[in-house]
Amino acid sequence: MSPNPADTLPRKSIEHLEMRGIVKRFPGVLANNHVNFDVRSGEVHTLLGENGAGKSTLMKILYGLYQQDQGDILINGERVSIQSPSDAIKLGIGMIHQHFMLVPTLTVAENVALGLRSSREPLMDLERVSARIHELSEIYGLRVNPDAYVWQLAVGEQQRVEIIKTLYRDVSLLILDEPTAVLTPQEVDQLFGTLRQMTADGHSLIFISHKLHEVLAISDRITVLRDGSLVGSIPTGEATRENLAQMMVGREVVYSRPIQAVEVGEPRLVLRDVSAISDRETKALSNINLEIRGGQILGIAGVSGNGQRELAQVISGLRPLTSGSILLDDQNIAGWGVKSLRDAGLAFIPEERMRDGAIKDFTVAENLILQEHDVEPYSHGIFLDFRAIAERCQELIASFNIKTPSQETTLKSLSGGNIQKLIMARELARNPNVLVASQPTRGVDIGATEYIHQRILEQRQLGTATLLISEDLDEILALSDEIAVMYEGEIVGIVRRGDATVEELGLMMAGVRPQPQAESA
Amino acid sequence: MGLSDLFSASVLIGIATSGIRLATSYLYAAIGETFSQRSGVLNLGVDGIMLLGAFGSYYVVLTTGSQGLALAAALLIGMILGLFMAFVSVTLKAEQGISGIGLYLFGFGMSDLLYQKLVGTPRPIAGFPKLPIPLLSDIPVIGPILFQHNLLTYGAFLLVPVAAFILNKTTLGLQIRAVGQNPEAADSLGISVTRIRYMTVIAGSTLAGIAGASLSIALLNIFQQNLTNGQGFIAVALVYFGAWRPTGVLAGALLYGLIAALVLAGNTLGLIPRSVSDIAAMMPAIITILALVVTVSRVREPAALTKPYGRGE
Ligand SMILES: Nc1ncnc2c1ncn2[C@@H]1O[C@H](COP(=O)(O)OP(=O)(O)OP(=O)(O)O)[C@@H](O)[C@H]1O
Ligand SMILES: [Mg+2]
Repeated sequence: MSPNPADTLPRKSIEHLEMRGIVKRFPGVLANNHVNFDVRSGEVHTLLGENGAGKSTLMKILYGLYQQDQGDILINGERVSIQSPSDAIKLGIGMIHQHFMLVPTLTVAENVALGLRSSREPLMDLERVSARIHELSEIYGLRVNPDAYVWQLAVGEQQRVEIIKTLYRDVSLLILDEPTAVLTPQEVDQLFGTLRQMTADGHSLIFISHKLHEVLAISDRITVLRDGSLVGSIPTGEATRENLAQMMVGREVVYSRPIQAVEVGEPRLVLRDVSAISDRETKALSNINLEIRGGQILGIAGVSGNGQRELAQVISGLRPLTSGSILLDDQNIAGWGVKSLRDAGLAFIPEERMRDGAIKDFTVAENLILQEHDVEPYSHGIFLDFRAIAERCQELIASFNIKTPSQETTLKSLSGGNIQKLIMARELARNPNVLVASQPTRGVDIGATEYIHQRILEQRQLGTATLLISEDLDEILALSDEIAVMYEGEIVGIVRRGDATVEELGLMMAGVRPQPQAESA
Repeated sequence: MGLSDLFSASVLIGIATSGIRLATSYLYAAIGETFSQRSGVLNLGVDGIMLLGAFGSYYVVLTTGSQGLALAAALLIGMILGLFMAFVSVTLKAEQGISGIGLYLFGFGMSDLLYQKLVGTPRPIAGFPKLPIPLLSDIPVIGPILFQHNLLTYGAFLLVPVAAFILNKTTLGLQIRAVGQNPEAADSLGISVTRIRYMTVIAGSTLAGIAGASLSIALLNIFQQNLTNGQGFIAVALVYFGAWRPTGVLAGALLYGLIAALVLAGNTLGLIPRSVSDIAAMMPAIITILALVVTVSRVREPAALTKPYGRGE
C-alpha cells in the first residue's frame, strides 16, 4: 500500500494554501469551473457569491468531503491529496459547516472529544477535555458549558461549540461556511472578536457570508464566484458594496425601493391576549395583541429568542396557545390544524426551512406541490395528474427563478438560497390572505433577497396581511408599514415606519419601553 | 393441585431461577442488537443467525463432544453472517428491514436443511453443566436463583454492565453513539461511519450466534426445526423496550423470562387448562408487546436508525 500523503506529511502550520484549477461536476451542474483560490496565514479571505455559485462545494473539496474532478491543492507549495475529512484534520484544516455538525444527544465535551484519541484510551477522558474547553473559552472569549447537552443550546452557543471543536484540534486553517447566518448582531460582533484573535495567532481563515457589511468588516481579501466560475479577487480596501454586488450578480442591485402606498383593508389577522409556553416550559409569549390589515406588513423586530419563533408557531398552528384568541378574517383559528389553516388562506415561511418547510429527500416537484397535491387539477380522486403537476412546477421554477438541474432533483442537493426560493414559490403561489414569514432571507444571497422582498411587497399590493419576523433590522425597515418590537415574550412597543430611528428601535430591542406621553405633550 | 401450590417457596424460587435461565438467550441477542441499533443499523435477521448458531454449535457437540469448540463455531457463524449483513446494509445500502428478513429466511431454511441432511432425528446432547459458584450458591433463596447456573447464563448477565460500560465510558462507545445519531457529524470529524457500523453489526451478530448456542447446547440441549420460535424478533422488540440502553434491555429480558417461567410452571402444575395452554404459551409475547406499546417512547431512538449513510455526492 502506498502511504497516504496526509499521514507522512509532518504536521506544520499552513503558511500558504492554494487550490488550482478546481473542477467539480454534479449531475446536471458544473459546480466549480477551473477555480483558483488561495489563503495565507494570518489573513481572512472571503468567498462571495450568489446561492448556488459553488462556494460550499469548493470548501467541501478542501475539507475532503468531495473529491475534485480536476485540479490540485497545495500546502506551502507541496501537493497534497485530501481524500476524507480525517486527511484534512491531519493537515490542520478545520471546517464549520453551513448546517451545524453536532450530535444533539451528546454533551458539549463529548462533541468536542468525538473522533480524537483520548489520553486514557480506550476510556474517554472527559474531565481533561472539559478543562481544555475552559482554557480555550477563556483565551478566545467563547462562553460554553462543557456539561450541557447540545440539544439544550441556542444556535449561538452551538456555533461556539463548533469553533471550540476546531480550536481543540489545533487547526491552522479554518473554513467558516456562513457562520453568521443564524447569529444575532451581538453574537456576530463576538464571533468577529474571536476571529481577529485567531488571525493574530497566525491562523488562516476562509469566510463565507451573504452580508456585505460583515464581509467588508472582517476580510483582508475577497474572491467572488458566479455560476461556479471565478469572477475575480480584490483586496478589501478596493471593495465597496456596489462593486461587490455587481461582481456577484453581474448587474446592478437595488438595495431599497420606495414602498408604494396601498389602500389598507380590513383587519385580516388579529391576536388578542395571546400567551404560550416554550419547549422548555417557560413563558414564551405573554398577552400579545397585534392587528394586521389587508395590504399591511407588520415587522417584528427583536433579538432572537425573545418569543419570535413561538409567535410564528402559534399563528401557524404548530404550537398551542395557553390563552387568548387569533382571528383570521374574523374566524377564531386558535387550535386549528395546519391543513385547515392553509385552507383558510394562511401561508407560512418557517424559520427552520429544512425541518419545517420542506422535505429534503423529496424532489423539487414533490416539494413544490406538497400542499396542493390533493386538489384539482393536480389530482383526480386518488390519482395524481403528473402532467398538470409538471406544468405547474415548471411555471413556479421559472417565475421564482429557482436554480435546479431538473424538477426531479432531490431538494437536498439544491443550494440553501434556492431551497428558500422554492418555499416562497409554494407559499405565495396560492395568493394567501395572510402571510407569516420568519427570517425569509436568512442565508439568501443579495440577488435572491432583493427578489424575495419584491415578491413580499407585491403580495402586499394584492391585499395580503403580512407578519414579517426578522433579526435583520435593515430588512424590517425596508419592508414594514409598522414595526413591533419583542422583548422577553412581550411587545415592547409598536411604531409606524419612519417614526422611530434605528437607535430607538435598538433600545426597545433591549427592553426599554418608548414614552408616548413625552411626545404627545 | 391448586393455586396455593404456585405460592410455595420452592415453586417461587424455581420460577425465578428458570426465569433467569430463560432470559439468557434474549440477553445475548438483544444486547448485540443494541450495539447495532445504537450505530444506526436495524438488524432484523437476528433470529436467522440464532438458528444457524444454534444448529452449528449443536452439531459440533454431537460430533466432537466439545462444548468449547461448539461455542467457537457459534461465534464464527455469527461473525460471518454479521459480515454479510453489514456488507448488504452498510456497503450496498440496502433497505435494512428487507435485508434482515432475507437473512432470517436464509438462517431458518439453512438450519433446517442442514439438520435434516446431517442429523435427521432428534438426538439430545450433553449441554453446558451447571456451575454453582462456591459460597454464593449456598445463600438461601438468592443462591439457587442467581448462582446455580451454567457458564453461558453468567456470561449473559455479565454482558450487561460490560455493554453499558463500552457504550457510555469508552471512546468507541462515543463514536458508536455519534454515528447512530448524526453520521454526517461523525464523518466530518474523521470517523469512518462504515467501519463503526461494520463493527457493531458483526459484534451484534456474533452475540446472536451465541444466543442461539445458549439455547441448543446450554438450555434445551437439542436441535429441531425453528428451535428459536421467533426469539430473535422478540430480542429486537426488547431493544426498543429497553430504550436502547443495556440496563433497559436487561429489565425487558427478565420480565420476559419470568413470565415465560410462570406460564411453564402453570402448565406443569396443571393450573392452566389444556384448552387454553396454547394461548398461555403466547402470553409472554403478548405481554411484552403490550408493555412495549405502553412504555416505549421513541424519543431515545437513534436518529439515524435504518438510514444508510453516504457523503451525498
Ligand atoms: N451533493 C450534490 N449533488 C448535486 N448537486 C449539488 C450537490 N451539492 C451541490 N450541488 C449543486 O452545486 C451547485 C453549487 O452548490 P453550493 O452548495 O456549492 O452553492 P453555494 O455557493 O454554497 O450556495 P449557498 O450560498 O446557497 O450556500 C448548486 O447548483 C447545487 O445545486
Ligand atoms: Mg453554501
